[in-house]
Amino acid sequence: MPVIEILGLEKTYATGLFRKQRKHALHAFTLEVYEGEVFGFLGPNGAGKTTTIKLLMGLVFPSAGSARILGLSIGDPRVHAYLGFLPEQPYFYDHLTARELLEYYAQLSGMEAKGRARRICEVLQRVGLDGSAETALRKFSKGMLQRVGLAQAILHNPRVLFLDEPMSGLDPLGRRELRLLIEELKAEGKTVFFSTHLLADAEALCDRVAVLHAGRLRGVGAVCDLIGDAGRVELVWRGRNPVAMRPLLLETHISGELVRGVVPEAAQEEAMKILRCASLPLVSLTPVRTSLEEYYLRQTQSEAPPQEVRA
Amino acid sequence: MTVLTIARSTFREAARDRVLYSPAVFAVLMTGAAILVGQVSIGIERQVVINLGLAAVTFFGVIVAILVGTGLVAKEIQKRTLYTVLSRPVERWQFVAGKFVGLAGTLAINGGLMGLGLLAALRYVSPGFSGADAWVLVAVYFILLQLLMVCGLALLFSTFSSPLLAGVFSFALFVLGNFAQELRDVAQSGAGWVHRLMVGATYLMPNFSAFNVAAGVAHGESIASLLILHNSIYAVTYTGMVLCAAVLAFEWRELQ
Ligand SMILES: Nc1ncnc2c1ncn2[C@@H]1O[C@H](COP(=O)(O)OP(=O)(O)OP(=O)(O)O)[C@@H](O)[C@H]1O
Ligand SMILES: [Mg+2]
Repeated sequence: MPVIEILGLEKTYATGLFRKQRKHALHAFTLEVYEGEVFGFLGPNGAGKTTTIKLLMGLVFPSAGSARILGLSIGDPRVHAYLGFLPEQPYFYDHLTARELLEYYAQLSGMEAKGRARRICEVLQRVGLDGSAETALRKFSKGMLQRVGLAQAILHNPRVLFLDEPMSGLDPLGRRELRLLIEELKAEGKTVFFSTHLLADAEALCDRVAVLHAGRLRGVGAVCDLIGDAGRVELVWRGRNPVAMRPLLLETHISGELVRGVVPEAAQEEAMKILRCASLPLVSLTPVRTSLEEYYLRQTQSEAPPQEVRA
Repeated sequence: MTVLTIARSTFREAARDRVLYSPAVFAVLMTGAAILVGQVSIGIERQVVINLGLAAVTFFGVIVAILVGTGLVAKEIQKRTLYTVLSRPVERWQFVAGKFVGLAGTLAINGGLMGLGLLAALRYVSPGFSGADAWVLVAVYFILLQLLMVCGLALLFSTFSSPLLAGVFSFALFVLGNFAQELRDVAQSGAGWVHRLMVGATYLMPNFSAFNVAAGVAHGESIASLLILHNSIYAVTYTGMVLCAAVLAFEWRELQ
C-alpha cells in the first residue's frame, strides 16, 4: 500500500485586490510514494513544492482532487499523529528555549510523560543542539532554527516525514549530518518525502524523485533509471587532437597536453583506431552517465509537453 | 488535554511578554492618585478613587485583552508558528479553545490583581472595612466579563485579518458596546428595513450598558443579585457564540 497517494491534487490561489485573479499554483497531478522510500521532490523556485507539502499537511485546502497518507484522507486529524513536518524557513515561539519548545510539541503529539525528557535530550543531541538546549530561540541563528525544526519533526518518532528544503541554512557539516540522519530514518523503515534544490544530495539519498515545473509534474522515476547510461564514452589521451577525430567528437576539452573528448558509444572503436594510427597514447576511457542534474535541466527547461507520468 | 496544553503555553507567553506587569503599573498609579486625592478633597475621596480605579481597570484590561487576544493568534498565523502546531494531532477548534482559555486566565489574574490594588487604595483613603467594598469587587467582576467578550471578539477577528486590523475592530466594538443600548433605542424609534437592519446589528454587537455600574457603586449603592446573574449569563452566552464563530472562521482559514 502506498504511504502517500496524491490523486489529481490541484491548487488555485485567488489573488489580487478583489480575489478575482486566479493563480494556478499546482495543476492536477497524481503521485504515489511507498513505504520506506526516500522521495525527492525537485523543481525550480515557484514550482509548487511547498504548496504540495502544505496541502498534504492540511494547512491549505485543495481546489480539486484528494490525497491520502497511510490510507487516511488528509482532512482526517488522526493522520497527524504519524507525521513529522519541517516547514520551509521554520519559525518558532521565540520566547521559549529549545527544550521548552520540544516539551510543548511532545505534549501536543500526545507523547507519554514518562519518556519525554529523555527523548528530547536524544533528539537535541541528534541534531547537534545539546549545547544550546537552554537558550531562548530568539537568540538562535538560521541554521540552528533549521536544526530545531528537524528536531521537532523527528521528536515523536513519526512514520512519515515531510521535509521542505531540509538542507537550507545548514553548514557543510550540518548537511552531512542531515544526510546521515535521513539514511538512518530510512534504515528504521520511515518514509521520507523532501523537497530540495540540491541535486547532488537528492541523487545520493533518494530512491525516487519527481520533478515539478511551473505547477506541473514533469517526470517521476527511480534515480538509478534516470541517471543511467547516457550512450556516450569519454576518452582522454595525450598529445594533439587529430583532424580525423573531429567529426566524431560531441565535446572536447584541451588542457596542457591532455585532450578530453566525448564520443557516441557507437563510435568508440573508430575513435580508438584513429588514436592508434596517430600513435597518441590513450590515458582513460569511461562511459558517461547522465547526472540527475541533466535530467532535471531537461525536464525543467524544455517547453515540450511533460513526459508520460507514471507513479 | 490538548486544550489545556495550549492554554498553559498561551499563559506563559503572555507572562513572558510582561503583559502581566501592567497591574503593577496600575497599583503605583492608584496609590499615587489616592494619596493626591486624600490631600485635596474632603468627603468624596471614596467616590473619586472608585471612579478612577474602575476606569483604570477597564482601560488597562481592554488594552491587555486586545493586545494579547490579537497579538497571540494573528501573530501565530502571520509568523507561521502554527504550521508545526497544526501538523500535529491538534484540531483547529482545540487551538482556538486553548488560546481562549489561556487568554481568559491571563485576563482574570490581571483583573483580579488590579481589583486587589483598588481595594488597597480604598483602604488608604477610608480606613476600616466597608460593606460597600464588596460591590466594588462586583464592579470589577463585570469589567472582567466585558474583557472576556472583547477577548473573544479579538480572537474572532484575528482568525481572518491582520493583527493590526483585528485590534482596531475589537476596540471599535468595545466602544460601540458601551453605546449599544442608545444605538438600539435610536434604531427602534424608526420603522422600515433600514431600522430593522440597524436593530439587528445592535444585537450582534456586545451590549455593555448593564455592565457599567461604576457611578452607582461610587455612591455606595448595592448591586441586585439578579443583575449579577443576568450579566454572567449574557457574557457567557455572547462569548460562547463569538467563539463558535471564531472556530468556524478558523476552520476555513488557509494558512498561507
Ligand atoms: N498564498 C499564495 N497566494 C498566491 N499565490 C501563491 C501563494 N503561495 C504560493 N503561491 C504561488 O504558487 C506557486 C508555487 O509556490 P511554492 O511556494 O509552492 O513554490 P516552491 O516550489 O516551494 O518554490 P521555492 O523553491 O522557491 O520554495 C508560486 O508561483 C507562488 O507564486
Ligand atoms: Mg518552497
